[in-house]
Amino acid sequence: MNSRYRQARYDEPILIEIEKGSELTEAVPDTILPPNLVRKELRIPQLTEVEVIRHYTHLSQMNYGVDSGFYPLGSCTMKFNPKITEEIAGWPEVTDVHPYQDETTIQGSLQLMYELQGYLCEIAGMDAVSLQPAAGAHGEFAGMLIVRAYHESSGELGRRTQVVLPDTAHGTNPASAAMAGFEVVEIASNKDGCVDLAALRAAVSEKTAAFMLTNPNTLGIFEDQILEVAQIVHDAGALLYYDGANLNAIMGKARPGDMNFDIVHFNLHKTFATPHGGGGPGSGPVGVKKFLEPYLPVPTVECDGDEYYFDYDRPKSIGKVKGYYGNFGVLVRAYAYIRLLGATGLKNASEMAVLNSNYLRAKLEGHYTLPHRQLRKHEFVLSGDVLKKKGVKTLDLAKRLLDHGFHAPTIYFPHLVDEAIMIEPTESENKTTLDAFAAAMLAILQDKPEDIKNAPHNAAIRRVDDVLAARNPVLTWKDLPAAK
Amino acid sequence: MQEKPSEPGVCQFNFEKLLPGLKEKPELLKGAGVKTIDELFVDIPAKVRIDSLDLPEGLVECELSSMMKKMLGANKTSRDTLSFLGAGMYPNYVPAVVRAVTSRGEFVTSYTPYQAEVSQGMLQALWEFQSLMCELTGMEVTNTSMYDGPTAIGEAALMAARSTKRKEILVPKAMHWEKKEVLRTYTLGPGLAIKEVPYEPATGQLDLAILKAMVNENTAALVVSNPNFFGVWEESATELKSMLGDAMLIVDVNPISLGIARAPGDYGADIVVGEGQPLGIGPTLGGPSFGILTTRKKFLRDMPGRLIGMTKDAEGARAFCMTLQTREQHIRRGKATSNICSNEALCSIAAASYLSLQGRSGLRSLGIKLGQKSLRLAERLRRVAGIEAPVFKSRHFNEFVLRSKTSIKSSCAHALKHGILPGVRLKQRFPELGDSLLVTVHEGHDDSDFERLATVLSEVVE
Repeated sequence: MNSRYRQARYDEPILIEIEKGSELTEAVPDTILPPNLVRKELRIPQLTEVEVIRHYTHLSQMNYGVDSGFYPLGSCTMKFNPKITEEIAGWPEVTDVHPYQDETTIQGSLQLMYELQGYLCEIAGMDAVSLQPAAGAHGEFAGMLIVRAYHESSGELGRRTQVVLPDTAHGTNPASAAMAGFEVVEIASNKDGCVDLAALRAAVSEKTAAFMLTNPNTLGIFEDQILEVAQIVHDAGALLYYDGANLNAIMGKARPGDMNFDIVHFNLHKTFATPHGGGGPGSGPVGVKKFLEPYLPVPTVECDGDEYYFDYDRPKSIGKVKGYYGNFGVLVRAYAYIRLLGATGLKNASEMAVLNSNYLRAKLEGHYTLPHRQLRKHEFVLSGDVLKKKGVKTLDLAKRLLDHGFHAPTIYFPHLVDEAIMIEPTESENKTTLDAFAAAMLAILQDKPEDIKNAPHNAAIRRVDDVLAARNPVLTWKDLPAAK
Repeated sequence: MQEKPSEPGVCQFNFEKLLPGLKEKPELLKGAGVKTIDELFVDIPAKVRIDSLDLPEGLVECELSSMMKKMLGANKTSRDTLSFLGAGMYPNYVPAVVRAVTSRGEFVTSYTPYQAEVSQGMLQALWEFQSLMCELTGMEVTNTSMYDGPTAIGEAALMAARSTKRKEILVPKAMHWEKKEVLRTYTLGPGLAIKEVPYEPATGQLDLAILKAMVNENTAALVVSNPNFFGVWEESATELKSMLGDAMLIVDVNPISLGIARAPGDYGADIVVGEGQPLGIGPTLGGPSFGILTTRKKFLRDMPGRLIGMTKDAEGARAFCMTLQTREQHIRRGKATSNICSNEALCSIAAASYLSLQGRSGLRSLGIKLGQKSLRLAERLRRVAGIEAPVFKSRHFNEFVLRSKTSIKSSCAHALKHGILPGVRLKQRFPELGDSLLVTVHEGHDDSDFERLATVLSEVVE
C-alpha cells in the first residue's frame, strides 16, 4: 500500500442500540385529541446532547466530502462550497422567515430572488426564470410540463407525444419526460460521441414535442453542430431543451439561449457551488425564452419599481411544482456565490474547470483509453478497458482510488463507453492535487490485480456486499432479527 | 455585522482564493498541450461565443457579507414579530445540536453516497432516518426523502395509480392549496382525475357519507390529512380504510403530532406522507425541508426515491449501502418509478438528530403542549367581541380557524403595525368561511402573547 490515507472507523452503534425504549408515560387529555387516536407507544430513542453529538460526529468522520479531499465525480460538479455562503444561509434573516408573511416583511428575500432570476437569465441567455424546482430532475420535469403546455396551447399536444434524446443523456432526462406523459425516443450518438444529425433528422417528426440535450454533453464534448441541431428540431416544430448539469463548462464563454435552446434548467448545487448535502437539498431553476414565459410555474417574483412581489396572476402557468417558492436556503447560497465571483470570477471558474480537465486528460490519455476526440470541456470519459485485460473492472479501480484518499469518478456512465470512468476535476483543485490523482491512476495500472479487486483497504469498511443488501433488504431497524 | 473597512487591503478574501489554477496557469496550459485558454474553447462555434457576462463584478468576502446583511435586513424574522403563522410550515424551536450536526463539512459537502465504503456515515444516518420515519408513521419502508410535503403527495398519488392501475384520486376539499396545486401538476402526465370530497360544515371533518358515494372502481386512492388543514383531527380516520375497497389510503401527517397521535400505519394507511419541516428545520421561506413517504413492503417496487439497506462488508462487518436501485432513473431511465435524483438528504439528517434529542417523551410533551395552547388561545380569542373561535366544533391540534364579523384583512394590517402576524387568511380560498383566519400556536408562545393577539384583534373588531 503506497497511500497514507486512512479513513476513521468506529463500530458506531445504531440509534436504538444507544437507547431503545418505546414507552409513553404522559397522558394525552381528551380535550385535545379523541381517545381513539391516542398513541400508545413510540420507539424513538431519547438521547442526551452529548450522545447525539458524538454519534453524528463519529458518523461524519466516516463520510467523505469535498471538505475531505478530491471528489472528481463526473457530471456532479463537486466544486468547493465557499464557507461564507454557508454562513449567510444560516442567518435568521434567511431561516426564521415564514412563507406566508406579508410581502412587506420579506422584501429582502424577494429582492434576492428577483435579482437571482435576472443573473440566471444573463448567464444562460434566457428571458425568464422560475426558481421553484427543488432539484435538477425537478427542473426537467417543470421544463417538460412547459413543453406540454406550449403544444397544448397550439392544439398539437394530441400528436406531439414523443421526446427525443441522445443515448448519452442523463437518466433523469428520459425519466422526467416519461413523468410528464411523453414517450421517450433515444437516438444513437455518432462516432465522435455527439448528436448524429442524420439520426436526429430521422427521429424528429410532427410527433416530436422536444429534444433534450446537455452541452457540453456527458462525454465532456462540446456539441459543435448545435446550431444545426437547433435548426432540425425547430423545423420539426419541436422545442429544444437544455439540461444544465454541465453549465459549469461555459459560463461567460457561451450561452444556451444563444445556441437557440428554448428551455434550460440550472443545477445550483453544481454550477453555483451550493453543497450537495449527501444527496440534497439542491435547486433546479428553469429558464425559458420569452414566448414560453406565460407557462412558467407560479409564482414568479416581480418588481413594480418600489416593491418586490409574488406574481400568481399567470393564467397559462403550468401551476406549482413545489410547495411555496423553491428551496430558498439554496437560492441564498447560489446568489452569494454569484456575487462573490461576479462576471470575471464566473468566467474564470469555467476556464479553470476546463483547463484542469484538459490537464488531467492529457496526463492520463495514453495510459488509459480516451475514446472520441481529445478536446474536452469540464469533464472527460476514459475507458477502463486496459484493466479489463487483467481481469480488473472499472468498479475495482474506483474502489482502489478510495485507498489513495480520493473519491472515485462516476463510473459506467455514459453507457456508450465500455467500462466508463467519468472524471470532472472542477476549478477548485490545484496542480498538486491533479498530479497526485494522476499518479494514483497510473500506480493502479501497476498494482497486482488482487490488490485492486480486494480494495478498498483504507476506507472505514471493506468492499460492501450490495448483492446481499438487495437480496435480503434490511431497510429499517424493524427488519433486524433482534427487533422481531 | 462587519463594516466595509476604510483601510484598503484589510479585507482581501476574494474569488481568487477559490481558483488556485489562476496562479498555476502556465504549467497547466503546458500540461494540457495548449498555449492559451482560448484554444480550449475553439470547439464552440464563433457565432455563439461570448466575451463576458453582463453581471456585477465580484465582491470581497466582507463586502459580500455587509451587502447581504443589508439586503436581507429588510426581512422581518420570527424574532422581530409575534407570529401565529403556520398552515404547513411551523417554526418550532430548532435546538443548537441540529445545526451542529448538519454543519459537519463531511456531511454537507458529500454527494449521494455512491461509494459506500467512504460514505458509511451518511448511509448509516440515512438508514436510521428511514427507521425513525417508519416508527413515527407505523409503516415498513421509506426512502431517504422527497422534496417536500406537497411533492410527496404528488408522488404518492402517482404510486397509487401505478399500483392500482386506476386513475382517480380523491382529496379533501379542505386540503391545503399548496398540496392540491402540486398534486394537480404532478398528475398531468398520466392524466389522473382529482376529485374533491367536501367537509362537514359543523365539524370541518371529511363528509363520510359523500365520500362513500364517491368511491368506486376507478378510485386509485383517497388522500386525507390528519390533522387536517383546519387543524382539526379527523376522528373517523380509523374507519376510512374499510370504506375504500381496493383503493389505497394515503394519510398526510404533521410529523410533530405523532408523539400523541396514533400512527396511520395502525389504522390501515397504505402510504403515509408528510412535510418534514417541523422536525428541526427552520421555515426558511418554505424550503429547503423534506417530504416523508412511507409505505408497506408489498409496494416497495412501486415506490419512488432512494433506499438505504443494511448489509455486510467483505469481512462480515455491519455496513450500509444504497439498494434496490433498479427502480431509479439512473438504471431504469424512462421506465423508472420517478425521475427523482437529488433529494433533501441533509434535511433528513436534521430531522433524525432532532428526533434523537427530542426523543419519544419530548415529542409527546410537545404535542400535548401544542394542543393545550391552541385550546387556550381559542378560548381567549372567543372572548373578543365579534370573533368566533374555533369555527369548527372539533378537537384541534396546533391550529384552528377563527371567523370575524369585520374584515380580517384590516385586522391583519392593523396587527402588522404592532409587529403581530395573526395567521393565514382563508377568505380567498375558502369563501364559504367568510372573514376567516387560520391561527397557529408555536411552542414558544405564552399567555402574554395570546393576550397581545386578543388585544390587537379587539382594537379593530370592537
